[in-house]
Amino acid sequence: MENEWSNVRFLGSISAGFPSPADNYLEPKLDLNELVAPHPLSTYFMRVAGDSMVGACIYDGDVVAIDRALTATHKKIVVARLGKDFTLKRLWIMHPKMYLRAENPKYHPIEVSGDPDFEIFGVVTYVVHRVR
Amino acid sequence: MRRHIFALVDCASFYASCEQVFAAAVHKKPAIVLSNNDGCIVALDGLAKKLGLKRGQPVFKHQELIRTHDVQVFSSNYTLYQEMSARVMAVLAEFSDLLEVYSIDEAFLDLSYQQIGDLTEFGRTMKERVRQYTGIPVRVTFAPTKCLTKIACELVKMNPKYGDVLDLTTWMPQQLDESLSRVAIEDVWGVGPKYARFLNNYGIDTAKDLRDADERWIRKSLTVVGARIQAELRGTSCIPLEVKRAPKQQIICSKSFGKEIAQEDEMKEAVSTYTARAAEKLREQESLASRITVFVRTNAFREDAPQYANSFTIDLPHPTAFTPDLFQYALKALHAIYKEGYSYKKAGVELSRITPMPVVQPDLFGEVTLSEHNRQARFMYIVDALNRIYGRDTLFFAVQGIARSWKMRQAMLSGRYTTRWDELVVVT
Repeated sequence: MENEWSNVRFLGSISAGFPSPADNYLEPKLDLNELVAPHPLSTYFMRVAGDSMVGACIYDGDVVAIDRALTATHKKIVVARLGKDFTLKRLWIMHPKMYLRAENPKYHPIEVSGDPDFEIFGVVTYVVHRVR
Repeated sequence: MRRHIFALVDCASFYASCEQVFAAAVHKKPAIVLSNNDGCIVALDGLAKKLGLKRGQPVFKHQELIRTHDVQVFSSNYTLYQEMSARVMAVLAEFSDLLEVYSIDEAFLDLSYQQIGDLTEFGRTMKERVRQYTGIPVRVTFAPTKCLTKIACELVKMNPKYGDVLDLTTWMPQQLDESLSRVAIEDVWGVGPKYARFLNNYGIDTAKDLRDADERWIRKSLTVVGARIQAELRGTSCIPLEVKRAPKQQIICSKSFGKEIAQEDEMKEAVSTYTARAAEKLREQESLASRITVFVRTNAFREDAPQYANSFTIDLPHPTAFTPDLFQYALKALHAIYKEGYSYKKAGVELSRITPMPVVQPDLFGEVTLSEHNRQARFMYIVDALNRIYGRDTLFFAVQGIARSWKMRQAMLSGRYTTRWDELVVVT
């Protein structure tokens, strides 16, 4: 509904006194999307489960931002489709082999070179972690 | 005269593709999407088509096939499809400002004013960009008219050798002849089943037959609509890009219930919910309505149950898009036709006599003052904004009910992965 009311929030306050000298300096508030999802068309969010990436400060329950427009290269943290699951790991390319490595000594690297059930979904760009 | 170049971008098995982007388990398995209430197949991917499944088939007839081939079944998740569609369209808009969103999974682009060396290469770039950003596979076709881009799309579907991209603008006439004669008349854009039957009677069975038919005869028997299609098939563009749609003259919101309703209170909730949705669409297109129709009907397929269907129309005292006002009339209309003793399967609300919002004068008889009108507009603006930002039904009216036991059945609904924080894909 593009009527006159759509503009209301951009107006300064109308009071009996002088207009605020700061009115001309009004800017939109910071938008977290600008920081976390500079490419909104290719950015997706997923919820992390498990402790396989705690070494990279990505914890259970965190939300990760994933940009599909970026190219997955050596040492990038990626979300990949592996068999029946989406998995979050660090990509390790050592020609001609390719691995997904957890950032937790509990888990072994997974070789994915030549695996037909492996596909990169996108590159992780930000982690949203709630501090407790 | 400048030569026109149109592109058609068509998402392959769009609903099924959206599901496959976010569901790791269905990768490389046949997938189907069901209609509202999980009744029929509305979309299916290539693998499911190969099994012989078809759009429109009732799903219960294929339980055996679905089990043996591990077909992945999804309830329709329109929230997800709509958001993914918006992403696809926004990616396409990076290639041309002249973009017509033709449907949820198709767009036309007018490239006539761009210098593009190799269209096929350009098409591949578009296809790859959309796939990379959204995971959705698309087909891209180029031609001098919109109708021919549609033909090209049919050719691409028939022949995998094109690799989903086809440029008709460079084709020799005899090449085009041969292909047009392989497209059935009913698959030509704009030719409905009625026209197709009519044309078949005169031996016009393919796109080529229609193109080469006598012009005067076409204009006489198929009116200007047919003449335009014929001209487009001949390469003369006469259906321009429609960048902004004209506002709709009727807005209908109607759905079958997940379970039949036999109580007036539940029916009131359903009718109110449809009214609220229709009113929201009305405000979206910046219009007011001055007529409301409510209709109800029982399940015509249940021969054992008594049947009843009726509708009731009320002319409103003044045009409005104010939901509480519309509720009042919708419920009056419902009360006039609701009869006890029946199980209702479907209800709907239609808003008509639609006028654009700005030309409305405050009511001469003083029913609504200008300040009241403004107060209502502001109120609905806030409701719509909150529902847009925080998701459908963040704010709703009590009369719409809370439990809504009559709501659509969607047993196999996937998450709204791109619009709800609590429904994100989980990654381990």
